[in-house]
Parts: sequence; structure tokens; C-alpha cells
Amino acid sequence: MAKRRIAYYLMTIPALVLFFAFHTFPAIKGIYYSFTNWDGFSKTFDFVGFKNYANIFKDENVLNSYLFTFKYAIVVTILINVLSLLIALGLNAKIKFKNFFRGVYFLPNILSVLIVGFIFNYIFANVLPIFGEKIGSAFLSDNILGSENWAWIGIVIVGVWQGIAFNTILYLAGLQTISKDLYEASSLDGASRWREFWSITFPLLASFFTINMVLAMKGALMVFDQIVALTGGGPGRATQSISLLIYTGGFQGGEFAYQSANAVIYFIVIIVISALQLKFLQKREMDM
Amino acid sequence: MMRKSTNWTITTLIALGSLLILFPLYLTVSIALKNPEEMARSIFALPTGLHFENFANAIAATDFFTAFKNSALVTIISVLFILLTNSMVSYAIARNMNKKFFKGLYFYFISAMFIPFQIIMLPVVNQTTTFHMNNIVGLIILYVVYGLAFNVFVYVGYIRSIPFELEEAATVDGATTWGTFWRIIFPLLAPINATIGILSCLSSWNDFLLPLVLLGDPESYTLPLVQYVFQGQFSTDFNLAFASYLLALLPMVIVYLFAQKWIINGITQGAIK
Repeated sequence: MAKRRIAYYLMTIPALVLFFAFHTFPAIKGIYYSFTNWDGFSKTFDFVGFKNYANIFKDENVLNSYLFTFKYAIVVTILINVLSLLIALGLNAKIKFKNFFRGVYFLPNILSVLIVGFIFNYIFANVLPIFGEKIGSAFLSDNILGSENWAWIGIVIVGVWQGIAFNTILYLAGLQTISKDLYEASSLDGASRWREFWSITFPLLASFFTINMVLAMKGALMVFDQIVALTGGGPGRATQSISLLIYTGGFQGGEFAYQSANAVIYFIVIIVISALQLKFLQKREMDM
Repeated sequence: MMRKSTNWTITTLIALGSLLILFPLYLTVSIALKNPEEMARSIFALPTGLHFENFANAIAATDFFTAFKNSALVTIISVLFILLTNSMVSYAIARNMNKKFFKGLYFYFISAMFIPFQIIMLPVVNQTTTFHMNNIVGLIILYVVYGLAFNVFVYVGYIRSIPFELEEAATVDGATTWGTFWRIIFPLLAPINATIGILSCLSSWNDFLLPLVLLGDPESYTLPLVQYVFQGQFSTDFNLAFASYLLALLPMVIVYLFAQKWIINGITQGAIK
């Protein structure tokens, strides 16, 4: 029996050691550096206490990146969930070529985000303007990625185009867990489709709704690849996300310690948002 | 009564929606096959002559086969290690959840689900460079570690639904804990291994950020990273660029075409469990 117990402990060692060495330890080091003024290359550095943290709250670039990231994340999360739920409902209905369409809608999920971004970069620069000129829209005739006010919409479009795929499959899985009998009963009662959706389908999808909202939000808050491929954070700093700011400042800007402090704050923000989301959405699940 | 006949309104809407998904991909394929004169005539039209030389040029310019080999190596080895190590530690946890150590370990691992990579990115790169692990080996180890949180969560849930009796019978027959795991439990994990294998495969193959910050030697660059590096040189030659994008996307698309049902079912399975 003792041998069995030892075997169980041994089984955890490789994962535990690797996880500590490459996850927990760097995380602790990151917090440690956030209290220093290290630039990332110098041999020496000093402790500066909470100075980095104090400066971050006064830094316009940081504020700007938080505003952009939140704006992006909220819009993308809502669009992805509304659209993927609609698509999942459509795919779950009595339609022709169901498997083919399901395959098409899931396809974006298997593609590299960066390369999809490059493809859309070309579309925004060279294809949409042709449409714009044809329909006589001055707005569409210019590359929207070049506009400080509208570049973020381009990133939203790419994020949604690709993000829908995974959530659609999850919603579809959820819809397939709902028993057909429930619908039969409700149509005998003469319930309208609209009624049926809000009183049967949506409540029974509650746990899928929760997980999809959390997943979409977390993914969107970390947005990086699309931005590198589409705008590089520009024009100016109009589309610089938090991830991109940590990357460019930390690796190229000599702000290793400063961006470490930014990362710690970002981490706290993500934890708070995830916890709030889970709490709020799970409470909703209970109520329904 | 159930609505049995085909709903054509919804079929039409779904078909129109799928055009939005397919249009960028159609453009990719058709631009990759055109030459600049055809592009000047119309971006949208089907290619008239098939300019496969675009692909040959892209392969030569980006050293495609080296990048392909790197991507394939990283993906296959990391998925293999993820399946073997993550399921093993999850088994130990799932069967000892009544003990403080294992329960603590479980929450220690899954709490990492809420820690985005960007948070530890700076120190990790620093650390791997110090240990001379800023290469493919380091990349594989990091993929195995960073999948752990989500995978342990999924595996533990699944293993706990497998009844104890099978293992007890094996123990009576004198099997060790290791033997029980490899011969009895691991085969039973096949459906969930499929789910985790597919998701890990997609995320390793398509990942851009980790190779970007980690890999030092251009010889070790993966496919997405190569597209990024060459983007500047492509800028004027769209046909070359799109041929290169298409080559980088194609391996996974081909896998998807053949294993589409299996991939989608694998993910669906994981979602319902």
C-alpha cells in the first residue's frame, strides 16, 4: 500500500517541477522585478519600491492601451456570442448540407491568427476600397486601418470572424443536449418560436453561455496577433493593446521592470473581471 | 408536431453567412495563383493561368521546408508529451482528491488558467535565455507547461467519472499503480485524449507570440513566425505573399478536410463532459 502511495506522488513530480520552474518561479520573479528599475539588459539595478506602480497610473500610454483593450474586448465578446448563438441555432435547425456548413463555420478556428490578420490586412487595404468606390462611399474608399478613429473596427472584424468558430461549436454542443421532447411540448402549447427560445433554449444553454462569455472575454483581453498583423498598434498608438504594450515596452523599449509592474496590474484586472463574470453569470444560471 | 421539412429560409441565411467565411479564403487561393497582370485586371476574378511558380518562389524565399519541419516537430512532440504527462498527473490527483497535497496541487495548477501568458512573458524569456533554452526544446517544454492548467481541469473531471472497480480488480491481480494507469486508465481516456490532443495541436501549430519572444536562431523559426519576418519583404509582391500564407495554412487545412468530423466531435465531446 505504501508503494502505491509513493507511485502517486512520483506521478506528480515531473509536472510539478516543470510547472514551478516555468510558471510560478517566473511569475514571482516578474513581481520582484516590478519593484526595481531594471531595463532588461544592464548588469545592475536598484529597488525603487512602488514607483513603477505609481507611474503607471499617470502614464497616458498605459491608460490608452487599457481603454482600447476594454473597448475591443467588450465589443468582440458581445458580437461573438450573439452571432455564434444565431449561427448555432441555424446549424441546429432543419437545414440542408448541415455537416458541410458546420465544417465551413468551424474552419477559421484552425487557421493561424497572424496569417488571417495578414490576409485581412490586404482586404482592408486593397479590396474594401474597391467596393467603397463602386458604391460611392468616401468612408469605405480609404483603408480603415489607416484611420485613428476606425482602425479598431478592422481589428474587431478579424477577431469576430475568427472567434465565432469555436463558440459556435460549443453552443451547438449545448443545443444538442436539449431534449426534443421539450420543444414538442411547447409547440403543442402553441408557444411562439421567440417564446420558445427565451423560455426553453436560452435557460438550458446557461452554462454554455457562461463558459463562452468567459472564454471570449479572456481571449479578447489578450489580443496580440491580430494587431501585429493589421496595424502594429497604430496609427499612432490608437490600437495598442495591453499585451502589445508589455511586449514592445518590455523587450524593445528598455522598460522591463516598468512593464512587469504593468503586467502585475493587468493580471489583477483579469482575475477581477473573470471572477465577477463567473459570479454574475452563475447567479443568473441559478435564477433561470 | 416536429417541423420535419427542410427550412429553406434558414438554409439560405446560413449559406449567405458561410460566404463571409469563405470569401477571404477564396481570395487567398486565387491571389496565390495569379500573376501581377491578372491582379491588375481584377482582384476578384478566378485566376486564368495557374501560376504555381508563386509557390516555388515562396518556398525558396522563406525556406518553407525548414519552417515546416520546425512547426511539425514542435507540434507533434509537444502534443505527445502533453498527453502522456498531463494525463498521468491528473490521474494521481483524481484518485487522491481526499488528500490535502493532491487537492492543493489541483487548485495550484488550475489557478494558472487565469494567468495570461503576457504576465510571465518577460521573466520567462529572460530565464530561458539564461539557461540557453531559447530554442525548439524550450518551446516544447513551455507548451507542455502552459497547457497544464486547462488539461488537468478536463482530465481530472473525466477520470473521476471512471469507476474505481476496474482498478481494484487490477490491484488484486497484483498490478502496480503505474501498470494500472498505463494499461487500464490511459486507454479509457481515448475520447478525452482526442479532445486535448486536437486543441493542443491547433494551439502549438498556430502560436505566434511564444516563438516570437523565445526563438533566437532563424533556423528554428516556425511557420507563423516566418510569415511575420518576411512580411516586410513581401510588401510589394502580393502573389508571393499569398502563396506563402497559403503554404503555411495548408497543412492544417488538409488535416481538417480529412478529419473534420473527428475534430469537431472531439471538441464537442470535451464541451459536454
